[in-house]
Amino acid sequence: MAASLHTDFLGIQSPNPFWLASAPPTDKKINVLRAFEAGWGGVVWKTLGSQVKNVSSRYSAVDFNGTRVMGLNNIELISDRPLEINLREIRECIKLFPDRAMIVSLMADNNRESWHELINQVEDTGAHGIELNFGCPHGMTERGMGAAVGQDPEIARMVVEWVMEKATIPVITKLTPNVHSPVPTGKACVEAGTNALSLINTIQSVTGIDLDSFVPNPNVGGKSVFGGYCGPAVKPIALKMLTNISQNNTTKKVPISGIGGISTWKDAVEFMLLGSTSVQVCTAVMKHGFRIIEDLCDGMLNWMEEKGFEKTTDFIGKSVDNITHWEDLDINFHHIAKINPDKCIHCGLCYIVCEDTSHQSIQLTYGKPYNTYTVKEEECVGCNLCKLVCPVNDCITMEENRVAPEYLNWKDFQRLGLPLNDH
Amino acid sequence: MLEKKRLNTAEYDANFSDIHPPFETRDAALVEANRCLFCYDAPCTKSCPTGINVPKFIKQITTDNLKGSAHTILSSNIMGAGCSKVCPVEKLCEGACVFNLMEEAPIPIAKLQRYSTEKALEQNWQLFQRKPSNGKRVAVIGAGPAGLSCAHSLAREGVSVTIYEKEEKGGGLMTYGIAAYKVTPQFCEDEVNYILSIGGIKVKYGQALGKQIQLSDLQQQYDAVYLAFGVGLARSLSIPGEELSGVTDAIGFIYDIRTKGFSAVSVGDKVVVIGMGMTAIDAATQAKRLGAKEVTMVYRRTETEMPCTKAELDIAKLDGCEIIWLAAPKTLIGKDGQLTAIECERMELGAPDSSGRRSPVVTGETFVLETDMVIKAAGQMPYTDLVSKTSLQHKNGCVTTDANGVTNLTGVFAGGDCVNGGKEVVDAVQAGKDGAKAILSYLNL
Repeated sequence: MAASLHTDFLGIQSPNPFWLASAPPTDKKINVLRAFEAGWGGVVWKTLGSQVKNVSSRYSAVDFNGTRVMGLNNIELISDRPLEINLREIRECIKLFPDRAMIVSLMADNNRESWHELINQVEDTGAHGIELNFGCPHGMTERGMGAAVGQDPEIARMVVEWVMEKATIPVITKLTPNVHSPVPTGKACVEAGTNALSLINTIQSVTGIDLDSFVPNPNVGGKSVFGGYCGPAVKPIALKMLTNISQNNTTKKVPISGIGGISTWKDAVEFMLLGSTSVQVCTAVMKHGFRIIEDLCDGMLNWMEEKGFEKTTDFIGKSVDNITHWEDLDINFHHIAKINPDKCIHCGLCYIVCEDTSHQSIQLTYGKPYNTYTVKEEECVGCNLCKLVCPVNDCITMEENRVAPEYLNWKDFQRLGLPLNDH
Repeated sequence: MLEKKRLNTAEYDANFSDIHPPFETRDAALVEANRCLFCYDAPCTKSCPTGINVPKFIKQITTDNLKGSAHTILSSNIMGAGCSKVCPVEKLCEGACVFNLMEEAPIPIAKLQRYSTEKALEQNWQLFQRKPSNGKRVAVIGAGPAGLSCAHSLAREGVSVTIYEKEEKGGGLMTYGIAAYKVTPQFCEDEVNYILSIGGIKVKYGQALGKQIQLSDLQQQYDAVYLAFGVGLARSLSIPGEELSGVTDAIGFIYDIRTKGFSAVSVGDKVVVIGMGMTAIDAATQAKRLGAKEVTMVYRRTETEMPCTKAELDIAKLDGCEIIWLAAPKTLIGKDGQLTAIECERMELGAPDSSGRRSPVVTGETFVLETDMVIKAAGQMPYTDLVSKTSLQHKNGCVTTDANGVTNLTGVFAGGDCVNGGKEVVDAVQAGKDGAKAILSYLNL
């Protein structure tokens, strides 16, 4: 049987788990129709709510070693289009693509009536779900909205309670990463009845400064503000926070939509392995357009077939338990770097990073022009650094070399009074 | 028939335009610069005779520190701009690039080096500060790569240098002995001026050792003397007919191209070039580019033994030059004093000679090529007569020195082609640096 990407998120159906996150790509009909035509499984319509006015410019990016937009930040606010137009277009999009997920992001003024009124209007469009924007880190926070809600579990709890009084369609609460842990707010929201969680929103940031004008980016008439950071650079932070939510006994009860730097099907699989039922993408399409959906689906399907997974739920959450506490790690596990001399191109990068910054475990044998590098096995702590910097795939491998066959963790280690500093 | 002005100006310009064009944009340079792995104890650096810290200067391009990049290059090799155009990089830095071991294209090091250094020359960035004068005076013979490199190193340390140059321009073989599609006369002049702009270096042109100036006088007038007069005489073929009109040598031919201008240099219809070194290639390709109908290169060994690089051979082939391997000139045939043909002997490879290459052996079989111009490019000879008239120790005309350029005469140092018999520009630059170091130590500076 062929694998299927079909996704059921609290009854919200989509042909694949790939949704466009609430952001500029989902702020009007023309974009959303183009996304659906390209094959996107769903969208989270750009946040509706209070009247706002946007500024120019709005985005700035971090480039790295010649690659553009490793990270992106933005200071754009929620939708600045009239509510009626947004609602009409949402209705039209649902009609044209009934098989796609249509979730609408909301951020009402901070009172019960505003939320109830907005939910009423949105449900009337036929939308399948609501996402509460408790994460926008700029502009809206000054008005006590967005991340200002998400950063205070009790305010978040109150707002979710208001929402749940009214909502008849699934409610997803989107969490901010601008906290030490997403769990307190996530927990409060689940306790208040949210049907699902999504994370992460963007991270407060300064991407850089123009070295001629001394104005940080993005430049709005000579001044800048903190912007929300996203893109490949934030993925590791998103995965960490996702894990917190997937592991907490309260928050793990609800489905999660994962967000944060997803650019490829591999990224998406990782989010799903850590508990995301659907994933949301923004920066990658802002860099390449909607066409990336083709490989997102294709790549994931091929991987699933290779692994023998028929549906996404076969692997969702599979890695959650593989992230543990440090004190539960097996201290007797040990591995040693091995350099394959046939693959080595003699760049010396493994040597210099080990010599300068690690454990002086690589031997340099001079040659002109090519030095030879070998691992001093007795010195190697198995840190992986050499393997990480090596430009040749599989040239450096880590070979298992256990200290002892049995599992031994730090707690046992202390209890048994085993010797420290053996390295 | 030897003829001048075979082409029009536009054709000359097209034929002699830059064979290795620079990066058009910063973005283009960055794509390549960012590919560099930033190797440690890098093979490219180890393969550069001047030891340019290649990964460092490339990294500096990626960080928009072009001044730093140019400084990194020029502090190791003051002719780094010229070397980026003339170095046989495929057997030096680029040949050693680790990407070759991954079957990937190497980093275009020369092109990146040109990117940084050209900017330094254009903007006249003064990257080196001359120390206050220390009163020491050194004479340098020859304003070629070795002489200029030595002079610059000395000037930086506060020595007052006078360079004596037999030609009317500086740069040596860079200016007079390299194909015009690699470096233009204007570039050579700019590079010399850039080197001299540090101050403390005076150049006296039209001063040839043994003619206008004598070593013994210079020894008395200066605290030290550095000899960098190069090589210059074409090796004769020692076969009958060399006196015929139409027989010339590559050094003279290229010298004429570089000094007289393209339209003033005569070239034949059917040109034969003897030899397969870099100079032979430069002569053959330029004969073709001047409008010769046919150019044939004759070499007595095979591609395996040829002194030029594969990249150079490819230039000749792409220019349409014919190559005849395993053939040696036997007789130059003429009529009324005019060259009409060359008789060549078929060779085969025998036992390895002192250079380790298999030596050519005659087979007895011969053939004749019709030709109206033969360009001899079978190597350059040291100035044996000049050296013999001094008390310098030498070997077949090549001045004998220790590794640092110290000769048998106190206070006299030497380096570059006049010592090694003829190597690359980059080798001469390193020799100049070594010589300067030895001189500074001799002068207790």
